[in-house]
Amino acid sequence: MERTQLISTMESILGPEGVIHEREQLRTYECDGLMNYRVIPDLVVLPESAGQVQQIVRVCYEEGIPFVARGSGTGLSGGALPVESGILIVLARMRRILDVDIPNQRVTVEPGVVNLWVTQEVASEGYFYAPDPSSQLVSSIGGNFAENSGGVHCLKYGFTTNHVTGAEVVLPDGSVAHIGGGKAPDEPGYDLLGAFVGSEGTLGIATKITLRIVRTPESVRTLIAAFEDTEKAGGAVSGIIGSGCVPAGIEMMDSLTLEAVEEAVHPHYPECGALLLVELDGPEAEVENQFEQVIKICEENGSSEIRVAKDDAERALFWKGRKAAFGAMGRIANDYYVQDGVIPRTELPAVLKKISDLSAEYGLRVANVFHAGDGNLHPLVLYDNNNEGEAERAEELAGEIIRACLEHGGSLTGEHGIGEDKKKYMPDMFTADDLNVMQLLRCAFDPHHLCNPGKVFPTPRLCAERPGPFRVHPLQEAGLAEMF
Amino acid sequence: MTERRNGEGLPQDKAMTNSIGAGSPEDVGQGVGEASELAEEATVGAGRRESGKTSFPAFDTHHPPDKALIDECVHCGFCLPTCPTYVLFGEEMDSPRGRIYLMNKGLEEEPLNDQMVRHFDLCLGCMACVTACPAGVQYEKLIEATRAQVERRYERSPEDKAFREMIFNLFPYPNRLRLAAAPMKLYQRFGIGSRLRKAGIMDRLPARVRAMEALLPEVPKEEKIPETTPPAGEKRRRVGILTGCVQRVFFSRVNAATVRVLAAEGCEVVAPAGQGCCGALSTHAGREEESLNFARKTIDTFEEYDLDNVIVNAAGCGSTMKEYGHLLRDDPEYAERAKEFSAKVKDVTEFLQELGPVAERHPLPVSVAYHDACHLAHAQGIRSQPRQSLKQIPGMDVREIREAEICCGSAGIYNMVEPEAASELGERKAKNVLAAGAQMLVTANPGCTLQIRASLKKLGQDMPMAHPVEVVDASLRGEPVETLLQR
Repeated sequence: MERTQLISTMESILGPEGVIHEREQLRTYECDGLMNYRVIPDLVVLPESAGQVQQIVRVCYEEGIPFVARGSGTGLSGGALPVESGILIVLARMRRILDVDIPNQRVTVEPGVVNLWVTQEVASEGYFYAPDPSSQLVSSIGGNFAENSGGVHCLKYGFTTNHVTGAEVVLPDGSVAHIGGGKAPDEPGYDLLGAFVGSEGTLGIATKITLRIVRTPESVRTLIAAFEDTEKAGGAVSGIIGSGCVPAGIEMMDSLTLEAVEEAVHPHYPECGALLLVELDGPEAEVENQFEQVIKICEENGSSEIRVAKDDAERALFWKGRKAAFGAMGRIANDYYVQDGVIPRTELPAVLKKISDLSAEYGLRVANVFHAGDGNLHPLVLYDNNNEGEAERAEELAGEIIRACLEHGGSLTGEHGIGEDKKKYMPDMFTADDLNVMQLLRCAFDPHHLCNPGKVFPTPRLCAERPGPFRVHPLQEAGLAEMF
Repeated sequence: MTERRNGEGLPQDKAMTNSIGAGSPEDVGQGVGEASELAEEATVGAGRRESGKTSFPAFDTHHPPDKALIDECVHCGFCLPTCPTYVLFGEEMDSPRGRIYLMNKGLEEEPLNDQMVRHFDLCLGCMACVTACPAGVQYEKLIEATRAQVERRYERSPEDKAFREMIFNLFPYPNRLRLAAAPMKLYQRFGIGSRLRKAGIMDRLPARVRAMEALLPEVPKEEKIPETTPPAGEKRRRVGILTGCVQRVFFSRVNAATVRVLAAEGCEVVAPAGQGCCGALSTHAGREEESLNFARKTIDTFEEYDLDNVIVNAAGCGSTMKEYGHLLRDDPEYAERAKEFSAKVKDVTEFLQELGPVAERHPLPVSVAYHDACHLAHAQGIRSQPRQSLKQIPGMDVREIREAEICCGSAGIYNMVEPEAASELGERKAKNVLAAGAQMLVTANPGCTLQIRASLKKLGQDMPMAHPVEVVDASLRGEPVETLLQR
């Protein structure tokens, strides 16, 4: 289809207000929260209903046009990076909370609803939505669903996948499927919901998502503990988890991160080499008891200063510094490259040592922020894109860091997803057979590779390609397709 | 790009306004000489915006948006939920990070064309993004530089240009505004507006003219203030007061209350007679030369008096006057003086809290919803001081308004040049104000007061409104609540 014809087709579905096609406007969509990769989409469309999404996808299917879904555009792995000559389907105008069912602890939302709005909607009823990525005040539920977002409270409460009970999805051929159970606890058959959550937009587009909300804990207590270095703080983390207590969250920030957040949001943290932020929640008596224990463990591990939040305002201030950490990097560096590796907690000192050695070797600063409780690291490689070659060096360094995580028995990503950014590392973690199984699933839903193509998997593979040792694909042989 | 953006400007508008709007006695600005002629020209087809002209490169070398400031944006998106236009449209180009992205493209490779200008024009300049930004991006400097480039380099359509000229030949000049206000008084007394509305004629006027008409407040009798007011008791400070333009004509009671409160708290208060506009409206619209002239003149005027502080009671004016040092940085004669001047500028509630209250507050048992003016909360970071000023009054129940960080749509001249977006925001704000369930609304900016009142009116509602300093004044004077609620 000609571009002008495509524009008028889309305008007939969405009205002129729902289609963006001017070059400079399209450019503001050329990247998401990760600026390292940029592709100008052919068109941006802004549907306002599931029906419109379905119509858009059907046109794409019939015309063989690749498409990518995007929510708030805050992802950090380039998952919503547009594809050349493709359509970007932006769901930011689908932001209605459709149903709040307190007795069944369910909230059904459209994908553009911002994470925090869910909690705001049900807070007065004594509930909250547990997965809380640091971007929760802006990132959308649709994006959280696609990336299986985690957050500081996932140590205790689990990730997005543990809180989605059902979804309506538009499949890559434009059909609509309802997966999962919605309000009933479980459903027979394959756990398709498990496959969709975290599929990074490669299986379809969720247009309605039902979430489980949980009771706001009776008591919440938060402290910050200052340590000389990350090793000592790491010791305290192991001590706390080892004691059998499951905090709602344990976060660690190193000195470089502390410098940035202090400048950005003035949380007035103590000056130190590493700071732990520990939050406990639950029944009053349990929290009280365990809180004493946590303080004791921090002291035993050499904490130089412990501050307990006196009230909600102070607690919010403690968290504010942590939640603003990524953005705050703008205070100390022009650009940053964030990694999302996961390691076994016990490997923390070894991996941190390795990161610091790599940082010295590459001559680039690395700030460290972690969800320490579950071993999810966020090393932030700081660089300046205006210096020639520095972006490439930063990426290389980030790659070395992620390999170090894998060497220590870890994983490529804890919550940001593979997207565009980490797909090249997939073979470092998975065997060809592993990847082929994933491809089989993907091809079952998206045989023509139209739905967020080129993401997650290291090289685009064709669906009829047989797993196993490399053979020339029949299409390739016929000169109909090219292998990259 | 879309109908909503390009809005009116249809050919029939032109015919319509030729026969009905401009030139008839009830028209805005009639009888004001220069301003009225401009008004006449402006009302003709006001709202047509596209010029089809393009500048390349987008920016010239005179203070383009600073690349170093642009680079501080890490594209995290934390600004999106507090940006009024992103909240309305859900589009990246109408968000702070999107606009910064466009500025960067303008520096690198893209021309300044209708689309680009449209997205800069749609920014309210509310600075909520500055509050939200974890990276500390100085968006206020970026948009200010960009707007000056747009005004200098982009050729607006004749209609758009004329409408803007009319605004800037009227609002910064209290005398013209007062003259213009006289026919407004007649207009209001004889209910011409409502008769036109009833006849359906008002609906057919261009949106910008309708928006202006809807905003016109009742013109009250002017409360004069003396040039010098002695302090009550021992003198603690000698301060000057900016009497403003819109404030002086439509809210002279706020100035009178400010003088009384300051005097009661031990200040000798000087209201320089020769003062003019501070240049805030021009600065926020990118009219650089005009704004710098206003700034220089304001500095000249106030420098003649030996003042400890210059007190401002309008949020937009205060935020600009605090920026004089930056605005006049290139002017060797004024750069230093401007910096010194800016350091003396204080918002009245900020100043009262620094000074500490000494005068006795009488109880005022009333519930008030406090609305943060963007140029106070976001641009000057003044949030607690006005609330504190209210809470120091015994019996006062101060309530918060949901979505407090989102602009009401007033934003300087925004509600006149971008009536559609402003009206959506106004209605949103009015609903949130009503939901607070307070007996009256308190806010520290004349623009917000006008906008919220007009928006409430559209919902068939009204409520008493006052500036925080008026409430403090009522308490100091021991006025009964009923008197306060008549405002």
